[in-house]
Amino acid sequence: MILGPKMNSASPATPVLLSDEDVLQVEDLKAHLHVGNAVVRAVDGVSFTISRGETLCIVGESGCGKSMTALAIMGLLPKPAGRIVGGRVMLQGVGDLAQRTPRQMREIRGQSVSMVFQEPMTSLNPVFRIGWQIEEAIRVHERIPQAQARERVIAMLDLVGIPSPHERYKAYPHQLSGGMRQRVMIAIALACRPKLMLADEPTTALDVTIQAQILRLMNRLKAETGASLLLITHDLGVVARMAKRVCVMYAGVIVEEADVGAIFATPLHPYTQGLLDSIPSARAGGERRRLHTVPGLVPNLAKLPQGCRFADRCPHVYGRCREEEPPLSQPTVGPLAGSAQKVRCWLHLDHRQ
Amino acid sequence: MAQPNELTDTSRLLTPADEIPISRFRLVASRVIESWPAKISLAILVLVVICSLVPGLVAPRDPFAQDLSLRLVPPAWSERGVPGYWLGTDQLGRDTLSRIIEGTRITVLVSLFAVSVSGLVGVAAGLAAGFYGGKTDAIILRLIDIQLAFPLILLVIAVVAVVGPSLTNLIIVMGLSGWPRFARVVRGSVLTVRHLEFVDAARSIGASRVRIMSQHILPNIMSAIIVYASFEIARMILLEATLSFLGLGVQPPTPTWGGMISDGRKYISQSWAISLIPGVAIALVILAFNVLGDSLRDALDPQLDERL
Repeated sequence: MILGPKMNSASPATPVLLSDEDVLQVEDLKAHLHVGNAVVRAVDGVSFTISRGETLCIVGESGCGKSMTALAIMGLLPKPAGRIVGGRVMLQGVGDLAQRTPRQMREIRGQSVSMVFQEPMTSLNPVFRIGWQIEEAIRVHERIPQAQARERVIAMLDLVGIPSPHERYKAYPHQLSGGMRQRVMIAIALACRPKLMLADEPTTALDVTIQAQILRLMNRLKAETGASLLLITHDLGVVARMAKRVCVMYAGVIVEEADVGAIFATPLHPYTQGLLDSIPSARAGGERRRLHTVPGLVPNLAKLPQGCRFADRCPHVYGRCREEEPPLSQPTVGPLAGSAQKVRCWLHLDHRQ
Repeated sequence: MAQPNELTDTSRLLTPADEIPISRFRLVASRVIESWPAKISLAILVLVVICSLVPGLVAPRDPFAQDLSLRLVPPAWSERGVPGYWLGTDQLGRDTLSRIIEGTRITVLVSLFAVSVSGLVGVAAGLAAGFYGGKTDAIILRLIDIQLAFPLILLVIAVVAVVGPSLTNLIIVMGLSGWPRFARVVRGSVLTVRHLEFVDAARSIGASRVRIMSQHILPNIMSAIIVYASFEIARMILLEATLSFLGLGVQPPTPTWGGMISDGRKYISQSWAISLIPGVAIALVILAFNVLGDSLRDALDPQLDERL
């Protein structure tokens, strides 16, 4: 309520970069974890933009920094190890989240941007009725009468497709199935009608039929509430279903950014290609073969090698890859030169090769 | 532990949401008094509470009335017993039973308040230590170590020497003696809860740290606190008896159990009953608290909830 204009005027030094259509603009975000003497560069210069009503997917394997990106945006990096060390997180109507004090972030969280977690079984507090927990999300940010809050909660339960919301209002988390609990989590996330919802692997812990229901639900709610969605996943099936644009993350950086069609049709980065090759094919008559694997391991984010982060695992590696890190930009060589797709790979950027 | 009626009662399984109105309190209460020892313990404690609330109605005689013609009378069932003095009399001819009953006042009052004091301080310190971690945790842990390393009796003697023996001082000193244990129990429980995802989820909706501690973490560790408090009450009763025995507690003529043991000590060769009977009372009440604490712990065990 009081957030937007007041806080912008309080920090006039923060330029408002966003166009009306852009809800979130992350610029060169760096979030590091200080573990002992080592610095783990979990998020090491990530940039992307989400426009109103859009779904952006971040894909990548475990430990590539995708969850850390979400936590950095929310201001929920693990304390005291985690810290945003650079970059900007511009949220429409609010300003740069990276510059906010913890107190200001508390008012922003839940109200302007909210988050759904991976594990619905433990994300709800076991000792409270779910109605209370959704209501809390509202009461933290707004002072409204009990009866009105209750009405809104029941409306939210109805909205996320929980049958007989009046009775379920009084249910405890352990009386609900995983899918139902994730619906409650989504109701909590959307209770204050945020502009942006972050979902960190929201369907990973659910079985496949429920996954489909939850994804459908999120698509429907996005259309109904106009919220934008940042969806973090390692499941390319989810990506194909949900996203308009996709960022592929590897070792703390985005290695490829493209529309969802382009990612599947013409993956440019060798890592993206490896990811797609490792999906089993259900095509009838397809040859039976071992699934492709990307050889090697993710580099240690505390001791990154010089040059391209994927060089050690890349089948096409050549001299320059080990010397200089490629930028993320549109390809300038090869058949797709000049397309809107962005890639962080010398194969598509280096004229001298 | 077998409860066929609960296991075969399928209505619970069919309509989980409809079951909500049956309160958890009643569920736990019914489980607590499942066994006979627990039932007897509860009966003893109810008796103690009644005695402490209305000793005048329960006691057969005036606990302060002296009758020097009836000094050191043994209990009624022995040969030299006097009818009407069920548990005999002390060196001043006061009725032991009435004094025991009057003594429950101090026992209940002091132990409940002392546990409340140590609970308040200990829970607050334990929550802060477990939740904030880092320097806060280190400082509180050192304070706990310091407090635990300091001999309690010495502390009480020092405090009583400075401010004089009184009920309030006794409660405060005893309460302060108990907080480190409380803090440790609470801190341990907080550590297991604070990394669960619902704590992150509460942060993600913008809840403040105080709110997360009081509204999300505290209710989750409440059963550990309740169980620990029941054991701590028993410890406080013993401590109060010890201090009264040493003359550091509530001063005569107010009867206390520890004080009665102390008084009877001088006459033990003539009348064993004066010291023994309050001793038995202390032992019974402490045993009752421990048995009840045990069944409380079992009843509050969330593993048992799973089958409901």
